[in-house]
Amino acid sequence: MNPLSSRHALRPFLAGLCLCCASIAIAAEDGWSQSQVALRRLTEAQYRQTIADLFGADLQIPGRFEHDIRTEGLLAVGAARETYSPGGLEQYDLNARSIAGQITDAAHRKVLVSCGPARANQFDEKCAARFLGRVGEGLFRRPLSANELKDAVRVATAAFKAQADFYLGLQYALVVFLESPNFLFRVETAHVTESGNYELDAVSKAGRLSFFLWNAPPDDELLKAALSRSLNTRGGLSRQVERLMASPRLEQGVRAFFSDMLGYESFERLNLDPAIYPRFNNAVASDAREESLRLIVDQLITEKADYRDLFTTRKTFLTRRLGSIYRVPVANATGWSEYEFSPDAGRAGLLTRAAFLETTSNPGTTSPTLRGKAIRELFLCQHVPPPPGNVDFSIVQDTKNSILTTSRLRFQAHTREPMCAGCHKIMDPLGLAFEHFDGTGQARLTENGTPIDASGRLDNKPFNDASEFNAVLHNDPALASCLVSRALAYGIGRAPGEREQDALTVLKKEFTADGYRYIDLLRQMTSSDYFYKLDVPKNDEQKHAGSRVSAEKQTKG
Amino acid sequence: MNDLVTRRGILRGIVGGAAVTVALPLLDCLLNDNGTAFANGSPLPIRFGTWFWGCGNQAIRFTPLQFGADWEITPELKAYEDLRKQINVFSNFDVKLDSMTNDPHVTALWAQRTGVVPSRETLADPPTYDVIIADAIGTNSRFKSLEVSCSGQPMHSYSRRSALDINPAEPSPMALYRRIFGSDFRDPNATDFEPDPALMARQSVLSAIKDQRVAIQGTLGASDRQKLEAYFDSLRQIEHQLTLQMQAPPPAMACVVPKPPDARDAGGFDLAAASASNKIVSELLAMALACNQTRVFNVVFNEATSSLHKPGESYTHHSYTHNEPVDPKLGYQPNVAAFTDAQMSAYATLIKSLAAIREGDQTLLDNCLVLGHSESSYARLHSAENLPMITAGSAGGRIKTGLHVDGRKEATSRVILTAMQVMGVPVERFGSRSMETNKPLTELLLA
Repeated sequence: MNPLSSRHALRPFLAGLCLCCASIAIAAEDGWSQSQVALRRLTEAQYRQTIADLFGADLQIPGRFEHDIRTEGLLAVGAARETYSPGGLEQYDLNARSIAGQITDAAHRKVLVSCGPARANQFDEKCAARFLGRVGEGLFRRPLSANELKDAVRVATAAFKAQADFYLGLQYALVVFLESPNFLFRVETAHVTESGNYELDAVSKAGRLSFFLWNAPPDDELLKAALSRSLNTRGGLSRQVERLMASPRLEQGVRAFFSDMLGYESFERLNLDPAIYPRFNNAVASDAREESLRLIVDQLITEKADYRDLFTTRKTFLTRRLGSIYRVPVANATGWSEYEFSPDAGRAGLLTRAAFLETTSNPGTTSPTLRGKAIRELFLCQHVPPPPGNVDFSIVQDTKNSILTTSRLRFQAHTREPMCAGCHKIMDPLGLAFEHFDGTGQARLTENGTPIDASGRLDNKPFNDASEFNAVLHNDPALASCLVSRALAYGIGRAPGEREQDALTVLKKEFTADGYRYIDLLRQMTSSDYFYKLDVPKNDEQKHAGSRVSAEKQTKG
Repeated sequence: MNDLVTRRGILRGIVGGAAVTVALPLLDCLLNDNGTAFANGSPLPIRFGTWFWGCGNQAIRFTPLQFGADWEITPELKAYEDLRKQINVFSNFDVKLDSMTNDPHVTALWAQRTGVVPSRETLADPPTYDVIIADAIGTNSRFKSLEVSCSGQPMHSYSRRSALDINPAEPSPMALYRRIFGSDFRDPNATDFEPDPALMARQSVLSAIKDQRVAIQGTLGASDRQKLEAYFDSLRQIEHQLTLQMQAPPPAMACVVPKPPDARDAGGFDLAAASASNKIVSELLAMALACNQTRVFNVVFNEATSSLHKPGESYTHHSYTHNEPVDPKLGYQPNVAAFTDAQMSAYATLIKSLAAIREGDQTLLDNCLVLGHSESSYARLHSAENLPMITAGSAGGRIKTGLHVDGRKEATSRVILTAMQVMGVPVERFGSRSMETNKPLTELLLA
């Protein structure tokens, strides 16, 4: 497997040629004086995917990554706002040096560096430029400028001179790309249109599109469509959208989005006690996460099902380990088996599966509050205010109190205290619907010997248990509406602002009219103009307008 | 605080800047007769650290009854019985909320560390005081500061330049060891020094990256420009490390390169695992200071909403603070107290690790100021008043120790301002609104 050469084998022209057209393209399309640039920090998954796409999946990445902070409901929005701390960048420096070393080591260079001098102690400048131009383009997601390539070759030459090793020279030059802000940030460039909007240039469009649909950088064909400006035409954009959506890589993009929206980073901090739950261990947790992602991919991509049905379906995918949590037989001793829960198992939809139930629990008990909060915030995009200071919670979770045997009884205190009631009425009744499932997702009928009552109301609609709750949730307009808002925010890297409200309304209507098909939503979104706009803060815009005027004056002068 | 530079200057003088192999004199001859300063008069370096524990204390078993020097050890301070002459205990210092919302485990944490009470929607943006101190004293060491989490989580760090520029924590003793004593480490007491030729090539890499700056920067909006600035600041920090590595490190008398820790001691939410991690981390950090690798460290034993847990128990430490009834006979929450006692022991372990290293006729601890604190006092009520703080070390004889200090309901910022000034930060005031102060605790200061 030769990812780099196969990737570029598709391209008939040489890096040098490509470079020229790019410089022309960028200059002609925007003109620097009228372009606005925004930076979005590359996520760990996007970094890993880029390295795997360009150099093969066998490369080791030894360092850690910056941690994204959930903002406006998404890590992707946090990533778009954050930077690289000194300690954090040190890790990327470590990664860059390690990756560059592996690419140029004796085993990989044969595959990844297709040209080279006769002997390693000679310097082949043409080869260095060609190799670095190609790699740089892959990492920067655009062709290099002449200066960028010249600088990289200069670093390679200097390092070669010091140690008389061609590949060591390339190694140092690779670090220039791998540690560059042009790689570590997704650089999005926009220009002002006559209507005053900031529209992404074609290369930035390509990046936004492929990170949204694939969680990966643009491939050759997409970049080519950008450089030829075909992406700026309706037909050209539509062809690329259809191509990306038909690719098996769409699954990767869908998994990345839902891992973010569903808060699956909390699996890294799961704190369930195996002493209390002997059937639980890290492998179960890992399978639980995979089960839900498989179900999402199956329902939304393969079956093209109604998004809302994800919350009521009895279908799932199981391993033997998960079988022991759900107490159902799993045919295959290893790997995954498709399975349908019986109607009386109460396992209707995503929220009755181990991933949701485990990530919203205490080490040895459920937490109806955390479960209710997660449903409100993650699936309905509703904000639950944090508790006020100076509140005494002590009666709420005293499991040793012989009278308050169940969560419901203990949590009644929340609604008795007026200070607590306001918010807990929003959360607890939703979470209590899932009390038939313990902290690891195993079914139970009683707690401390008392039968569990899982009934309640969701915004005045009554339910008796989790299945009925999920049926109510299925028809809650906020469920579908939340997905649309989150998907758009994920794509554009910020919560939709005032300018996008009309577009959001239209999108939601279309999503409803199309039968809540996620695939259609993706197509709708990525085919529309508003998906490719840059939001420029008011004061920046004024400054920008100022610089435009002065630029014009300069031109006239 | 430029002793490193001074001594480097001396060494550069010896080797004339060109330097291939240099034999370095080993030690005490560089100190004065009392072992309290370098022979050229510059004082031994002072260092600063923070040690954070989540979910506070219970005043009834924490706060000594007496103020001043003659205070008696309380149950929650029992771990410091042998250390009481080297520490100060602070009580009656508050976070002043100015009728802002007290977001549990969040507001009082950032208010203490930045001097600004964050609003509910946006977290406080100014830098934490440890970053300001590191800017003042950390610029000549390899790492400006080192952050560690004993619960195994890189994001458990309360050190940040802004809300979007957070210093991630090393999540395990092994990660910390590799960062400090891994392949880029230069033993200050090695008799030979040969600059690694690869370092120059690495410098040229960084300078090529810096050349890309102008092309991006010109067209950025304000927030993105800040982001890029921060990125380049971080890049310069790496560049600075390379510069230091190209010079012969000044000798460090107390530096003994430690052995790699057992990778199984990775920390975690399990209380015993976190404590075991803390012990190794304490020894590694003490050596990082003694070996001149850093002047500033920040340990988070566990996060503010403590996920610490004991095997077989249904609840975390944090859950206990809210759901455990106060024992009517004891007058406190016994399960919570057990966690706090373990946390106090862990902090005492760090202090003892610093005290175990001799520098001249003093100890490393004497040349440190460590500030231990939590995000709340009575976590059951998320209380932001009477916040517990314990300092250790006398910052090279600059502050008195052995005291229980009465804050008289004033802002925690007074303690922070004192620490900043003691560490040589040229700052007159700290904090905003009711958290603002220009009054250091003069009763603590030694001439």
